[in-house]
Amino acid sequence: MARYELRFSGAGGQGLITAGIILAEAASIHEGKQAVQSQSYGPEARGGASKSEVIIDDVPVDYPKATKVDALLALTQEACDKYSADLKDGGILLYDTDLVTRLPEGNFKKIGFNIINTAKNEVGREIVANIVALGAMIALTGVVSRENGEKAVLSRVPEAFLELNKKAYAAGFEKALAASK
Amino acid sequence: MSKKVAFLQGNEAAAYGALYAGCTFFAGYPITPSTEVSEVLSAELPKIGGKFIQMEDEIGAMAALLGGALAGKKALTSTSGPGLSLKQELIGYGCIAEIPCVVYNVMRGGPSTGMPTGPSQSDVMCAKWGTHGDHATIALMPASVQETYEMIVRAFNLAEKYRMPVHVLPDEIVAHMRERVVFPEPGELEVINRTAPSVPPAEYKPYDTKFGDVPPLAAFGSGYKFHVTGLNKLPDGFPTTKAEYVQAEEERQIRKVTANIDEIVEFEEFMLDDAEICVVAYGSTSRSARYAVNAAREQGIKVGMFRIKTFWPFPDKQIKALAGKVKGFIVPEMNLGMCSLEVERCAQGKAQILGINRVDGEPINPEQIIEKIKEVK
Repeated sequence: MARYELRFSGAGGQGLITAGIILAEAASIHEGKQAVQSQSYGPEARGGASKSEVIIDDVPVDYPKATKVDALLALTQEACDKYSADLKDGGILLYDTDLVTRLPEGNFKKIGFNIINTAKNEVGREIVANIVALGAMIALTGVVSRENGEKAVLSRVPEAFLELNKKAYAAGFEKALAASK
Repeated sequence: MSKKVAFLQGNEAAAYGALYAGCTFFAGYPITPSTEVSEVLSAELPKIGGKFIQMEDEIGAMAALLGGALAGKKALTSTSGPGLSLKQELIGYGCIAEIPCVVYNVMRGGPSTGMPTGPSQSDVMCAKWGTHGDHATIALMPASVQETYEMIVRAFNLAEKYRMPVHVLPDEIVAHMRERVVFPEPGELEVINRTAPSVPPAEYKPYDTKFGDVPPLAAFGSGYKFHVTGLNKLPDGFPTTKAEYVQAEEERQIRKVTANIDEIVEFEEFMLDDAEICVVAYGSTSRSARYAVNAAREQGIKVGMFRIKTFWPFPDKQIKALAGKVKGFIVPEMNLGMCSLEVERCAQGKAQILGINRVDGEPINPEQIIEKIKEVK
C-alpha cells in the first residue's frame, strides 16, 4: 500500500492519542507495516482541541505528520472545524452525529453515528468511546485487519477490562459498516 | 531468536538507550516535553540498583548529576529549554572540571516558557554557548525513535571517552512521536567506560596530562580523593591563576574535541552525488526534507540532503566541500536561522543560502521545502 494518513481528533481526555497509538501498533507490530504516530495537544490536561495522527506505509515513513488526510475522525465540532481542511478528495470523515452537527463542505465520504452514546449506553462505559471510534476507523479504512486491530487493543488493556474493550471495538466496527451502507 | 521489538516514544527510547549504555543514575526535574524519560527511569533504575532523584529544581538536578558522575556513575538528566537555561552554570562547571554526563534536552518553543507542547529547534546555540567561557561542546541530533535510542548510547560513549558533558537535542516531534524500535542485543552497540586511574591513590592527580589529553578519572568512594573546583586548576585539581597552566588547560579541553573531530562528527548524505542543490537538515525537519528531496527528484530537480547528526562540533569540513559543488543550500529549521548562520560561515560566499524558518509551533512541511528548492537560481 502507498502512504496512508489517519487523524483522530476531538477534545483532550477523550483517549484519541491512545486510539492512534493502538492503530499504529496494530500496523507496525501486528501487521509488519511501517507506522509513525504523533500528536499535538494544548497545555490543558482536559478539553482543548486534540489530535493524534498515524501514518502507515510499506516503506519507512519520512515526514511523520499528515500532508493530505485520507481518513479523519472528529469527536467534537471544534475539532471537526479545525482539522478537516486538509482532508483528501475521496477521503473519509467519520464523526459523532450527536456532537458534530455542522459538516464541512468537500468531496469526501461523510459517515456518522452516535459514537460516544454507543460507548455509554450500549457498551456500558463512556471511557471506551475511543475504542468504539477505533473499531469504526478500521472498518471504514481497512488499513489493518479486524483481527490485528483487536489484538492491538487487547494487548494494551488491563485484564479486568478485556471484555469491555472487545465489546466496544466490535460495536464500533459493526456500526460503522452499517452507517456506510 | 528474533530481537525484542516495541512501539515507543522517542523519550521512552532515550530512557532504554541510557540503560543499555550502563546509566545507573538519573537526576532531573519534570518538564514538558521530556517528562517521559523520568517516568521510565523512575520505574526502571531501582530494579537494577540504580538511583533516580527528582530534585527541587533544574539547577539542583544538574548539581546532583555532576555529583553522581563523580561518584563513578553514568549519569543522565532530561530537560527542556527553560531547564537548559537554568542548568547552564553547572554545565560550565562540568566542562571545566571535566565531568562526563549526558544532558538530554527536548527542544520546545522559547525563549522562556514559550510553547511547552510545541516543537522547536531553537536550543542549538544555547547548547553551544549557553554557558560562558571557551569550552568544547558535543551535541547530537536524533531524527527517529530508533536513532534516539542509539544516540543516547553514543552520547554516553563520547562523554566517557572525552570526559565532558554531552548534549542530545531531539525536537519535540522526535521526542513524542512513536515508532517501532528494535532493541539491540547486549554487545551489539559499542559501550565505552571512562578510564580509571592506573596509579595508587597517593600518586593520583585528576588532571595529569602525562596520561594524555583526557586524564583518567577516579570515582569518589573508591579510595581516591581529589579536589574539584570551577576555578582554573593545576593537575592536582587545586586552583591556580598561573598563566602557563591556565592557557594550556583551556586549550587542552577544546583540543580533546577538535583533535578527534572526524571521529565525533557523524552525518548522512542523501542523493548528494549529482546534486546541484543541497538541503541541510537535522532532527524531525530532515524527515520533511527527505520527503521533499524525493518529490523534487521525481520532477527532475537535482537535489540532495546533508543530514546533520552531530550538530556540535559543526560539520565544517563537509559543508565547505559541498559549497564548492552545489549552487545553493536550503536550511529548513524550527528557529529563526541558527544553523543557516553556521552554513553561511562554512560556505564562505561560494553558494546561495536560503533559510526556511518556522517558530509557530508547527513543523516545516515538505511542500515548503519543495517550493524553496524551486527558488534556487
